[in-house]
Amino acid sequence: MSKHIIIEENKISQIFKNQKAFIGFLTAGDPCLSKTEEFILAMAEAGADLIEIGIPFSDPIAEGPVIEAANERALSVGTTTDKIFAMVARVREKTDIPLVFLTYMNPIFVYGVERFFAACEKVGINGAIIPDLPFEEKGEVLSIAHAHEVDVITLIAPTSQDRIQMLAKEATGFIYLVSSMGVTGVRSEIKTDLAAIIADIRQVTQTPVAVGFGIATPEQAATISQFADGVIVGSAIVRIIAEHGAASTEPLTAYVKSMKAALV
Amino acid sequence: MSKGKYGIHGGQYTPETLMNAIIEVEKAYEHYKNDLAFQAELTELLNDYAGRPSRLYFAKKMTADLGGAKVYLKREDLNHTGSHKINNVLGQALLAKKMGKTRLIAETGAGQHGVATATAAALMGFECEIFMGKEDTDRQALNVFRMRLLGAKVHVVTSGTMTLKDAVNETFREWTTRVDDTHYVLGSVMGPHPFPEMVRDFQSVISKEAREQILKKEGKLPDAVIACVGGGSNAIGAFYNFIPDASVRLIGCEAAGKGVDTALHAATIANGSLGIFHGMKSYFCQDEYGQIAPVYSISAGLDYPGIGPEHAYLHDTKRAEYVPITDDEAVAAFEYLSRTEGIIPAIESAHAIAYAMVLAPTMTKDQIIIVNVSGRGDKDVAAIARYKGEDIHE
Ligand SMILES: Cc1ncc(COP(=O)(O)O)c(C=O)c1O
Repeated sequence: MSKHIIIEENKISQIFKNQKAFIGFLTAGDPCLSKTEEFILAMAEAGADLIEIGIPFSDPIAEGPVIEAANERALSVGTTTDKIFAMVARVREKTDIPLVFLTYMNPIFVYGVERFFAACEKVGINGAIIPDLPFEEKGEVLSIAHAHEVDVITLIAPTSQDRIQMLAKEATGFIYLVSSMGVTGVRSEIKTDLAAIIADIRQVTQTPVAVGFGIATPEQAATISQFADGVIVGSAIVRIIAEHGAASTEPLTAYVKSMKAALV
Repeated sequence: MSKGKYGIHGGQYTPETLMNAIIEVEKAYEHYKNDLAFQAELTELLNDYAGRPSRLYFAKKMTADLGGAKVYLKREDLNHTGSHKINNVLGQALLAKKMGKTRLIAETGAGQHGVATATAAALMGFECEIFMGKEDTDRQALNVFRMRLLGAKVHVVTSGTMTLKDAVNETFREWTTRVDDTHYVLGSVMGPHPFPEMVRDFQSVISKEAREQILKKEGKLPDAVIACVGGGSNAIGAFYNFIPDASVRLIGCEAAGKGVDTALHAATIANGSLGIFHGMKSYFCQDEYGQIAPVYSISAGLDYPGIGPEHAYLHDTKRAEYVPITDDEAVAAFEYLSRTEGIIPAIESAHAIAYAMVLAPTMTKDQIIIVNVSGRGDKDVAAIARYKGEDIHE
């Protein structure tokens, strides 16, 4: 196989050029949308390379208790998809950091797939992560998302095994490699043989691979970044917001700086 | 390619972390459903252990009292563990055994599916963990203790609305953390493919028997088959072998709680809209942004915001009808069947009885209705007493 696969450079894949990327996740509307706007800008300022913005869902089945609780908090203050689009439009006036939505199929489907991705394009969303949209079902979303220049991020799990190359071949933007079994959440140890999975992926694509699920400390980030192109942190950030609420800007800034500095 | 479609409904909307586990179930089921030895083993369990075939009972007093169509009751309440849930559980547990799994997990609403799963686990030597919403462990306390007695661990789910939907979420999350040795025994005709098809096949024994039984007793097909609908497993089981018989009306009874014009109901066909949730495209009670609505019913087993994809398809094609039944109507039917026939039905099944009470008087005496009595009502006695304002201890 040719070593010189030509990757289409896009806004997302660019962040992995000549560096390891730090990707931070937060839930939109936790504790309120104006704070989410402030936190996104602060994380970008502190060195995050891409921000994942969770559109809260009533039943986030791929999420552990920490992010699930953030979803409940966000919905309880009246956060809606329309209000999130408006917030992203405001963020876009101040930063051009790549932004990716994370949400479930139902909020997208019920909003209208075409209407959703058209709105993404309009406000400058670059990608979407949809945990309950597997390879087998992505047909009804992919061409519409691509028409609006939104990457649908491919998830690969330790259990993907014989599916890894099938999934990786069609990946654009970056590949989200789930680091351990289970739902999102902070973990003390990460056991899966990620390097082997990444080697498998590399055989079929040059699309960058970022690892997430359970990463919390600079030490973990340093280890993972030895073989991955980026690290993704969700629950640890959401925990800071759960603890500090409206006053999270400072601790978030310090945390993101420490994580970005740890990447090798 | 999308699999397990019923018209536009169904599919396999599952996180990648579970896809191989689901494909493993799909492949095993494809193999064993045509395996004669497997089918023989299952039939033996259903007959000798669960007590099948279940009786088709002519409810003579009820028929005379209602003054219209002849009412027959399909007695799934007489199965071992007290409901139709055992039909599906024995099938899936046997499949899990063949797949080399050693641990069963399941969600439960009323507790009947949890009890059936705990029972099969005890019988076949599986470890067993059941997830049940806190609302439901409170209102179905008897079943919680039954599960523990059978050796299962019961997890009380306190997320979201703390009912059946949240128990399903938690069981999926649990499965994600441990797929190697664990099979998720989904309790209704819902979730990602192959569950809706597999659970329907295991439950279709209800209509296979009922069709033969009514032809033997009456020499003709029924005019209507009525069943309650939560996720839809007892209903699809009762309907399935009658679907090709165009003259047989198929009627599913949804929980209307305090009324479909209030916020307190679980009537998916009456008030829901198209969505994608719990692995399937189907109808769901939800808001304009696709947030799943909190639903309500006196019946923990019908307190679910969705409906299985095959029912959504039978609704679209108008092959089946779905009617809402309120708490008040169901409680009245619960008492009516107890007094009239000496049969205390599950409060879920009482929703189907309630519609038979409406329909039978509008029909002629030579017409026939079969009502599926999906379960027995022992578990509900304390809750019904509370509903009526009586303070009894369980
Ligand atoms: C006796 C009984 N009937 C009906 C149901 C509803 O489930 P389904 O619609 O899958 O038959 C339940 C669920 O707990 C039940 O226990």
